[in-house]
Parts: sequence; structure tokens; C-alpha cells
Amino acid sequence: MTAKRKKTTKEIFALGAEAVVEGALLAGCSFYGGYPITPSSEIMEGMAVRLPRTPDGVFIQMEDEIASLGACIGASLAGRKVLTATSGPGFSLMQELIGYATMIEAPLVLVNVMRGGPSTGLPTSPAQGDVQQARWGTHGDHSIIVLSATDVQDCLHMTVKAFNFAEKYRTPVILLLDEVTAHTREKITLPEPGDLEILYRLQPTMPPEWYKPFEETVRGVPPMPPIGSGYRYHVTGLTHDDHGYPTSKPDEVVAAISRQFRKIDQFFFDIQITEQFMTEDAEVGVVAYGSVARSAHLAVEQAREKGIKAGLIDLKTLFPFPRAAVEGLLRKCRTVIVPEMNMGQMSREVKRVNPGTSTVWTINRIDGNIITPKQILDSIRKG
Amino acid sequence: MAEVTQLIHNYLRHDKKFPHLLCPGCGHGIALGSLIRSVHALGIPKDNVALVAGIGCSGRVAVYVDFNTVHAVHGRALTIATGIKMAKPEMNVIVIQGDGDALSIGGNHFIHAARRNIGLTVMVLNNFIYGMTGGQCSSATPLGCWSTTSPYGQMEKSFDFVEMSRAAGANFVARGTVFHVKTLDKLVQQALAHPGFSLVEVLTPCHTQFGRKNKYKTPVDMYNWLKKTAAPLDAYNKLDEAGKAQRIPIGVFVDNDEPALETRYAQVRANLAKG
Repeated sequence: MTAKRKKTTKEIFALGAEAVVEGALLAGCSFYGGYPITPSSEIMEGMAVRLPRTPDGVFIQMEDEIASLGACIGASLAGRKVLTATSGPGFSLMQELIGYATMIEAPLVLVNVMRGGPSTGLPTSPAQGDVQQARWGTHGDHSIIVLSATDVQDCLHMTVKAFNFAEKYRTPVILLLDEVTAHTREKITLPEPGDLEILYRLQPTMPPEWYKPFEETVRGVPPMPPIGSGYRYHVTGLTHDDHGYPTSKPDEVVAAISRQFRKIDQFFFDIQITEQFMTEDAEVGVVAYGSVARSAHLAVEQAREKGIKAGLIDLKTLFPFPRAAVEGLLRKCRTVIVPEMNMGQMSREVKRVNPGTSTVWTINRIDGNIITPKQILDSIRKG
Repeated sequence: MAEVTQLIHNYLRHDKKFPHLLCPGCGHGIALGSLIRSVHALGIPKDNVALVAGIGCSGRVAVYVDFNTVHAVHGRALTIATGIKMAKPEMNVIVIQGDGDALSIGGNHFIHAARRNIGLTVMVLNNFIYGMTGGQCSSATPLGCWSTTSPYGQMEKSFDFVEMSRAAGANFVARGTVFHVKTLDKLVQQALAHPGFSLVEVLTPCHTQFGRKNKYKTPVDMYNWLKKTAAPLDAYNKLDEAGKAQRIPIGVFVDNDEPALETRYAQVRANLAKG
């Protein structure tokens, strides 16, 4: 007779996309505006079922990805925590409004399930080709937070993190998944709502006539009341002063844009998340993210079995680039390998911060297949 | 007149740097005044109004009024307004767009907002031209008219906003002009009170960019043209084909009573909650 396992927590067998849905709902998301696109549609379908069953949840399918992000921005201004999900071509369409959201400092979470590109590319195959686009896709200088997730459990936790960062820093947060992470089905544990830290945007405490929507504050993140709450203010994509009114005075322009950078830059310690595996005494390092980090994890284990001192940094935050952690690895390793499903996008960042103490190798794969542990192990053995 | 000015002043933002950026003779201010009078007449509190505007001359009017104002991205005002309305259905969400904003770059969003029948009040300020960028032709520039990008005359036919909205499924469709202000006030009030997607197309002159190139050099020429050309719907319908070609009908074209999207959504949610 087999003993019945005591079930203490809620376990489900879920897709990465379904884990994003669970994470978003746990984080308090109550608005989804989207447009279907492979391989992200499962997130949209999940929200379409779940949101109308919550007390104030709104789900709306828009006419294209531009409209999807527009609806999300509107709902965010109205005080909602909002989510949209897309993939390559849709992500390109959203770039205009990502810039608008950074300019008006609207919190929102955008999940981009990366597929092969450019253009229509490989709709059902994984890739990591949108990494630099996530950082620099919209025009003009701007700050932004870009996160990634390794496995299905991670999809849930990084979605919650994304909402927390969006609310805390009043910024769009992009969560980059790849087709493999979003379409892998595995067992995950659903946290109890009380076990998670859930953050909400700062609300003004001053009377409406004293409120300045884009005021310079120590944290750099001004409070944001929902539209219709008595705080009437102006929102514009034009460069604006602390009242939100358009300005082209050089000193006001500098102050406004600098604060938008400062509010992210001064909290690197909070935003830059990395997971280190066997890096203490590593001589050959690996820097990876997304589903590739899973292969890299196994490759490092296998290398250790063979007596090679290998170590891995799994980047959960891609931008702002976790320079301190990667620089530490570059200082102690003779070789650092950056495997990616693209022609070399994150490796540019690793090379950029290399103090000259290490050789940076890349493994690039663009054929729509995953990078295998063996590919990485072979590279580690040469390194 | 003094009372009207007083009323408008109550709705303006006095900490915003005036004077405004509109040209002397522009009709946009008259349209905005009409909106303010209508909001006031219906007794809608300022806090309850979200005014979303697009890009261009029409987009810049939102900054001057003391509502919750959003100056959106070119063509996307309706998408942002959709988000606000679905998140807060109790608010009066008003959208001001120009002809280029609403039906050139934002054409897709316009059609779908009308099809969805979401409860937005949309004022399209149609001046037949891109004013702010320097007088290029828009999708509303009439056939044969001159602009900086149709220097030999416009070769494309223009959109008819009223027919377009009707075909897409809007609940309320009207057209007015800034010359016929009292009629315009009535139309805007009706649109504001109407559930579902309500459109008021407002013909407004741009002598600076349109008139200058099309033989209406002064604002007076343009207002005279509006006076001559606009015909109330009843009178228009009595005209023969040749007469109709010379005139533009104004009045209410569509007045349906379909439930708005937010009403349908609330119904679905209520049914789900019942189980």
C-alpha cells in the first residue's frame, strides 16, 4: 500500500503561459487588453476566462496590438493593474506606446513570448531575438525594466515581480519569455496570497490643489491617483513640467528626463535580480537567461562531475543590465560563455562590462531549436 | 455674452500658461466652448469627465480645460479612452480628435470603437487638413483641393465621417459646424447623454492652412462658406442631386438604442457571479 502524500500546498500542472495568468491574478491584475498571437495566446485565453469572474476584472480583445497597449495605458491611468501579452510582430507594433507609457510613467506589464524573427519568422519556435528591442525599441532616451523567466514556476514569480516593479517605479515592465518557457507544462506550486509581497502605486496624501503629478521627489516616483478620484491633472507624451503641462524650457526638460532615469538607476540593488550557481570558485563561467539557463544549469552540473570548475549566472533581470554580478564573474573566470538563441544580443552587454580579465565566448543558435546542455558543456570543456 | 465667458472661465486651467496656441480665427475654441457648455448644462461634475485628445491642433485643446485630461499619441486616443471607460464605466469619457487623427492614422481604432459601441463621446474636429504639421492633405481633404502635399489638387476621394460611423455601428451620429453654434451645443449635449458610441463631426475652418491654399484667405471667408454650405438635414433631403452635391447636411443622422459594450460586459459579469 502506498502512503498518501500529504498535500500542504496547492500544486497544479501548468503551462508557462498559465503560470503568468496565475501570477498576474495573485499580483492584483484586473485588466487585460490584448490581441491574439502565437505563441502568447494562451495567456490571453487564460485571462479571458478568469477576469470576468473576478469582482472588477476587465478583459477586452482589441483590434490590434497598438490598441491593446493603448487600452492598457488607459486602464492604468484609471488605477488598474494591467497586463498585455504578445510576440515579435505585435511587440514591434507596441513600441510607440511603450514610449508613451515611459513618458507618462504609467505602470503596466507587457509579456513578450519571443519567437523566431525577423518579421513573421518562426511563429512556433523559440528565440531570444527581441532582447535589445525590449531595451531600445521605442524612440528616444528612456529607462525601462526588462525581466526574464527560466521555468514555469519562475514565470509565476517573475510576473508578480514585474507587477511589483511596475507599481513601485511607475514604469512599464517587459517580461521576456521564450516559446519553450511559455509552452512547457510542468508541476508548480501556487503560493497562498498572503505569502507574496504585493506592492501598489503610491497615492497622494496632499489635497488636490497641492498635487503635482510629476513632482521631483527623493525616490523619483511621484504618487499616482486614479483618474476620477478628485485629482484632476494633465497627461501628455510631450515633454512636460512637474504639473504635466508641455514645456520646452531646457532646465525643465533636463529635470523631467533625468528624474525618469534616476528613479530606476538609484534602485539597481532592488531591481537587478540574478541567480548564481556554483560561481564561488568558478574558472569557466556561463551567463544565460530564459530557457537557455536551464540547459546551462545542467551543463554546469555535468562539468563539475568531470572536475571542471564551472559556474552559472542566471539573469532574471536583463535591463538595467546586472553589471555588478556579471563583472564579478568576469573577474574570476578565464572564460565566460554566453549562450543565446540569437546572433549575440546579451553577449554585447557582457563584452561591454568585461574589464579585460576574461575571454567572452558566444554560443548562438537561430534555427528554431533550443540550445542543448551538450552544446554548452562542449564549450565549457574547451574554455 | 459676459455670462458665457464667466462660465467658460470656470472650466479653464488658470495655472496653465495662456494664451493658447490656436490661430486667431480658428474654430477649435468654439467647439471646445460648445463642449464646456454642454457638460455644464448636463450638470456633469469635472471629476467625472475624462477628456482624451489626439495629436495635432485638436489634440492641444485638452490641456486648457480643468477635467481629467489625456493628450494621447497620434491616432490612438480612442484606444486609451476605451481602457479608461472599461476600467471606470461610471465616468464620462470624451474624445477630441482631428480628421487626420481620427480617420487617417486612427481609422482602424475609429471603426472598431464604433463597432464595439463602447460608451464614448467623440468630437471629430474636421478642418479638412493637417494644420499643425503645415497644411498637408488628410483623408478628409475634398477631391480637387490644394494642400502642401497635393500641390496639383487632391486626387483621392475623401472619407464621409457620418456614413463611415453609421456603417461601423455607432449608436449616435451627428454633424454640426462651428458657425451654427446653438445647433452644435444641442448636438454635443445629445451625444453626451446618449449611451454607446456617439460621434459629433464638427466642421471647423482652418484658414491658415486650408483656406490660404483654397481661395478662402480670411477667417470670414471660411465662416461664410460654412454658412452657405451647411444645410439642415430636412432641407438637404428636399434638394435635387445637383443641389445636394453643393451642400453638406448637418443634424442627427443616427439615433439608435443598442446597449453599450460596458453594459453588456456588466451583464455578463453579473450572470457569472450568480453562477
